Amino acid sequence: MNAPTYNFAYLDEQTKRMIRRAILKAIAIPGYQVPFASREMPMPYGWGTGGVQVTAAILGPIDKLKVIDQGSDDTTNAISIRKFFEKTAGVAVTTSTGDATVIQTRHRIPEAMLQAHQVLVYQVPIPEPLRFLEPRETETRRMHALAEYGLMHVKLYEDIARFGHIATSYAYPVKVNARYVMDPSPTPKFDNPKMDNCAALQLFGAGREKRIYAIPPYTSVVSLDFEDHPFEPYKHKACCALCNAEDSYLDEIVTDNKGSRMFVCSDTDYCETRQSQGHRGSENAAPYAESANA
Amino acid sequence: MTTVAEMPAGFADKVLAAQSTFRSVMDAMARPGTVQRIQAVSGVPAPMMRGAAAIALTLFDQDTPVWLDSKLAATMDVAKWIKFHTSAPVIADPAVCAFAVVADAAALPSFEHFAFGTGEYPDRSTTIILQVASLTEGPAYELRGPGIDGATILRAAIGVPDLLDRLALNASLFPRGIDLVLVSGESIVALPRTTRLVAKEG
Ligand SMILES: [Zn+2]
Repeated sequence: MNAPTYNFAYLDEQTKRMIRRAILKAIAIPGYQVPFASREMPMPYGWGTGGVQVTAAILGPIDKLKVIDQGSDDTTNAISIRKFFEKTAGVAVTTSTGDATVIQTRHRIPEAMLQAHQVLVYQVPIPEPLRFLEPRETETRRMHALAEYGLMHVKLYEDIARFGHIATSYAYPVKVNARYVMDPSPTPKFDNPKMDNCAALQLFGAGREKRIYAIPPYTSVVSLDFEDHPFEPYKHKACCALCNAEDSYLDEIVTDNKGSRMFVCSDTDYCETRQSQGHRGSENAAPYAESANA
Repeated sequence: MTTVAEMPAGFADKVLAAQSTFRSVMDAMARPGTVQRIQAVSGVPAPMMRGAAAIALTLFDQDTPVWLDSKLAATMDVAKWIKFHTSAPVIADPAVCAFAVVADAAALPSFEHFAFGTGEYPDRSTTIILQVASLTEGPAYELRGPGIDGATILRAAIGVPDLLDRLALNASLFPRGIDLVLVSGESIVALPRTTRLVAKEG
């Protein structure tokens, strides 16, 4: 079926076993970063080798894989990861969130609500939420062991003092199952509420930093905040110019060389699905393809 | 004495069977209380169950010391089968095992005999694969915790004395702790350290 030079889904069986054991521990200890022996993959680290290894360890012939990068199925990164698994695992691929059984993502959680039969795999560059406070691994491990998260709160509170609000709008830290503080990877904080009590299993893979962590389905995920400054997901004051969505995460894109701009859904599948259902935005007369890859 | 040449087969298609078995175990761990089915394995030496054997083929290797309870260790067949098919070292000290396979639930040693992991590395803990009489008939338990939408009911004949006390102690150690995978034939149910059980009437 596949070229004989590599195993199903590229990874050798011993590596898969090691990653699979790490995934099981990660699920059993929600939000805890399980070390694993990350392997070299035939792509650079910035391309999500941690997520690719997790996907390779779980993927089977009956899966349907979707890969998104910044919400889009059509970036070079998303296309090459999708092709990688088509070639090495012979797996079916899709751009439809609803049809996918495994979704690998960088920077976004799909707008469509995830279902119980789905697994969301995040590509994570920096898994340690305490790293910017404490560079030493032995210290951050100790802080997690003791649930010593006071410094994290101080840092967020300083943001409030300085900016009047919490300035962290990406990788906004969360507390998982009332125990571990976890970095949700560089997703916008707009997406944080989708992690809470989600029906799908969420797995996180950091290749360079060699960590796997997880949020089981139906698990409490709370964005860190304060009584007098509750967490507020980022909200756009605009609608999507193509599908008129008011509830989705928008990207600002340049539409011509005179600097004209418009806001469109970052989740291309969500936007296209809405347009196919007849939703129209202010700019939908313009062919969608002109602006999709800006 | 069984020679290597006489060793019975494991999975017919190792790669895909391991993937399918792993997904069953992953789903079981992610959704405690749900009964998952596992890929059939042929030629499993008694008294090891086929489900336990499939998990062994999927997760055991030279990096995972395995401890067998006295019922499984009574003949050398199971230890030999595990070593032959997985290369996992079968060891006598449960305190340092990655996996324990237990056929006699009534004689399950207390959890302190196994590895709970440390505060810094709670993942360095023992997963107990516990063979039980039934995962559909028996006393009812109400389960809550991550992976469960509210609460769910498990009916199972687990057979471990003081099960609820042991699990309560386990819960108090979190994030350290033991994870359990219950096996009955080719069915499995996982009880990760986060799952809370109470006995249910009827
Ligand atoms: Zn839109």
